[in-house]
Amino acid sequence: MIIDLTDTSASKIGATLVQARRRAGSPTTGAVLTLIISTEERHHYDAMKAASAASREHPARIIVAVARPEVARTRLDAEVRVGDDTGPGEVIVLRLYGELSAHADAVVMPLLLPDVPVVTWWPDEGPDVPKNDPLGRFAQRRITDAAEYHKPMAKLRARAAGYAPGDTDLAWTRITPWRSMLAAALDQFPRKITGAAVSGEEGNPSARVLAVWLRQRLGVPVSRTADEGPGITGVELMTPDGPIALTRPDGELATLSVPGQPDRPVALKRRETAELIAEELRRLDPDDVYAKLLQDIDVPFTEPLKVAGPTVEKAAKEAARLGEPKPVQVDAVEESS
Amino acid sequence: MSTQSPSAAAPGAAAAATSHKGGFGESIAHRQMNAQEHAGTDWANPLRDAQDRRLPRIAGPCGLVIFGVTGDLSRKKLMPAIYDLANRGLLPPGFALVGFARRDWENQDFAQVVYDAVKEHARTPFRDEVWKQLAEGFRFVPGEFGDQAAFEKLKETIEELDRLRGTNGNHAFYLSVPPKFFPGVVRQLKESGLADGGENTWRRVIIEKPFGHDLASAKELNKVVNDVFPPKSVFRIDHYLGKETVQNILALRFANEMFEPIWNRNYVDHVQITMAEDIGIGGRAGYYDGIGAARDVIQNHLLQLMALTAMEEPTSFDADAIFAEKVKVLSAVQLPEDLSLHTVRGQYSRGWQGGEKVIGFLDEDGIAKDSITDTYAAIKLEIDTRRWAGVPFYLRTGKRLGRRVTEIAVVFQRAPHLPFTATMTEELGQNALVIRVQPDEGVTVRFGSKVPGTSMEVRDVSMDFQYGEAFTESSPEAYERLILDVLLGDPPLFPRLEEVELGWEILDPIEEFWAKNGKPAQYEAGTWGPAEADEMLARDGRSWRRP
Repeated sequence: MIIDLTDTSASKIGATLVQARRRAGSPTTGAVLTLIISTEERHHYDAMKAASAASREHPARIIVAVARPEVARTRLDAEVRVGDDTGPGEVIVLRLYGELSAHADAVVMPLLLPDVPVVTWWPDEGPDVPKNDPLGRFAQRRITDAAEYHKPMAKLRARAAGYAPGDTDLAWTRITPWRSMLAAALDQFPRKITGAAVSGEEGNPSARVLAVWLRQRLGVPVSRTADEGPGITGVELMTPDGPIALTRPDGELATLSVPGQPDRPVALKRRETAELIAEELRRLDPDDVYAKLLQDIDVPFTEPLKVAGPTVEKAAKEAARLGEPKPVQVDAVEESS
Repeated sequence: MSTQSPSAAAPGAAAAATSHKGGFGESIAHRQMNAQEHAGTDWANPLRDAQDRRLPRIAGPCGLVIFGVTGDLSRKKLMPAIYDLANRGLLPPGFALVGFARRDWENQDFAQVVYDAVKEHARTPFRDEVWKQLAEGFRFVPGEFGDQAAFEKLKETIEELDRLRGTNGNHAFYLSVPPKFFPGVVRQLKESGLADGGENTWRRVIIEKPFGHDLASAKELNKVVNDVFPPKSVFRIDHYLGKETVQNILALRFANEMFEPIWNRNYVDHVQITMAEDIGIGGRAGYYDGIGAARDVIQNHLLQLMALTAMEEPTSFDADAIFAEKVKVLSAVQLPEDLSLHTVRGQYSRGWQGGEKVIGFLDEDGIAKDSITDTYAAIKLEIDTRRWAGVPFYLRTGKRLGRRVTEIAVVFQRAPHLPFTATMTEELGQNALVIRVQPDEGVTVRFGSKVPGTSMEVRDVSMDFQYGEAFTESSPEAYERLILDVLLGDPPLFPRLEEVELGWEILDPIEEFWAKNGKPAQYEAGTWGPAEADEMLARDGRSWRRP
């Protein structure tokens, strides 16, 4: 059921929700959290879909706040969705026009479910300091996505500077399967690691996050290669017996190679946004590992980035900003061998 | 539970934020659990961090061999569960699945069977790359369960998998076969040298109920299995224990403050544990005749549910601690003195089951006209502990009952004093807390509430928490959880030998009494059991809940 409300207020929206639920015969709600999505018009539908899918695992009241500052007249429109195929929870889409677009928190506040945690997610560019955003202030967990900005490293650095417990970024969430597979490989092949290498799509923030994590955990130099992706394409951990390698050239099926053992196929598909959000919602306490990682995010790598492809100039600018050695161009063929 | 193992508890400031996991650091039991994981090495994986809760535990390199792979259980539950595990990234790369059955199949035929089973029954969406990862590890070995040559072939297959797929000699054997084949298969495993993989490898065996049909046969079965596999390598599957809601009983009781203080004889009047099925015996006459509902369900599932409901708080969440508490409760169970008054068995007769005309038990194919096998059983038990003295536990199960439901109902005493007149509380019953195990998992609390209006009138209302309101689609199947736990070697959810034997010690006297006295009562299919069962509770001044 979708109910459209034009020129409305938070209290009217609240009353409409109660009415809609009562009409559907289930006047109580089993939602375990309130998920606020702060987004733009063009992204709101996909984000809402993803959040609804995630709410199958974590029943939630989903509040989508779409700011429309470009419209002059101040007005609040809302769309209330209950019990349709979008998911089990309830979805409220708010459109905040004019001056109101800067005061989304005032509209959202009365719509928060009592007692249960609040999570805010910015599917687009998002704020530099999530904690200071009007919609981030009352959230226990604040989810951003550095990959959505054209200069992801700039965002990651800004967020490292403005980190508050409860912040998290999908660039970090995306590498969980990589991390768990690498940790499992090392469980099974316990050797001293003497070095590591990460290759991934040029400018992909997750590749950098993974490299920083490996450097932090292993305390060894990590070399990096930029290629055409998709996403992260491979990780190598050097051991005295040879490298443990996890390679995923196609973004779907990876191969795990361990010295002296047969190669093993590993399904390591790049995950949908809904799965990433579901993972984020599983734990709502601060992610200390991510916090620690952010501290080192702009510590320069000592080895130059190897770039395969034409984007070496862009990479050079980035390296200069971070105080890293000038990237070197490598042959794409040589890189993949 | 394994993903939130106590070892993940972070010390210091982080622990304060997550004090629900126990902010006091690790107990001795926890430390031992951690120590075992890296027994014999001082190597610590630098990529693992106790604070890193995102990393799941992935089973190490291993393979699973299923005997009786053509059966229903295998196709409907095991194969889909394996796919779902792979899809969630919890199976090791190079995982191998070997089928063993009396079929003239090639590996490809077997792969096709698995493919169909996965397509039809898997919980998670089908993905090509996951299938690719799995399918390369499929093997099929044709043969009889007593055939030495077939087991030699199996051994070759496993060794080949160790070489080609890197299963490293770790294999679990799932005996999805009728119990009469257990001794043969287990002995063959030993004779072919399959039961022991050598140093730094493991071999585990998984068996399904029934674990015997009485104490003597259970002991014999255990002897057969334990001759070949050490107790810690034997995993008995009671799929109820893999269900989220059953694990949630522990969370509900021990993670909350508001239930435990009243969870005792001072407040609880009695407990009803029900497992009702709407189906008949179907094509399982051969298995069911002579076994019956009590042996099939009460001995394992219902006693396990009772143990979890009644046990004291374990000191930690590891297998030994939970096991110790369950055994304490089961050993304190008392049977009623007069079994004729406090136990009832029945057989369904023909009737209308939810709008469908169905035949009676004695008319089913393969059932003798004079069979005294019970399709319904209800028993009253008491637990002689300080907590439960005098509180009856009513356990009932049956086929062709009103609908399919499993639930635990804790019924509380009436308020000792009501400041209302009798007419005001005429419609007020007893408070109850109901844990619905399946379907529609959740918890219902029943309490009195004022009826709107000018007069004071109190009536029962239900407050409902639907654990499965949305989780059902995303929460793992019991078999997924259990298979993963076997591969990880994580035993808390598997009943041990002693629990099985205690179950039989409780049930055997009742079965003996039934065998000697009278016949099962008849009840119409689609109803809630025989009238005798209602009389049994009426004698105690109580009545069955309609689930």
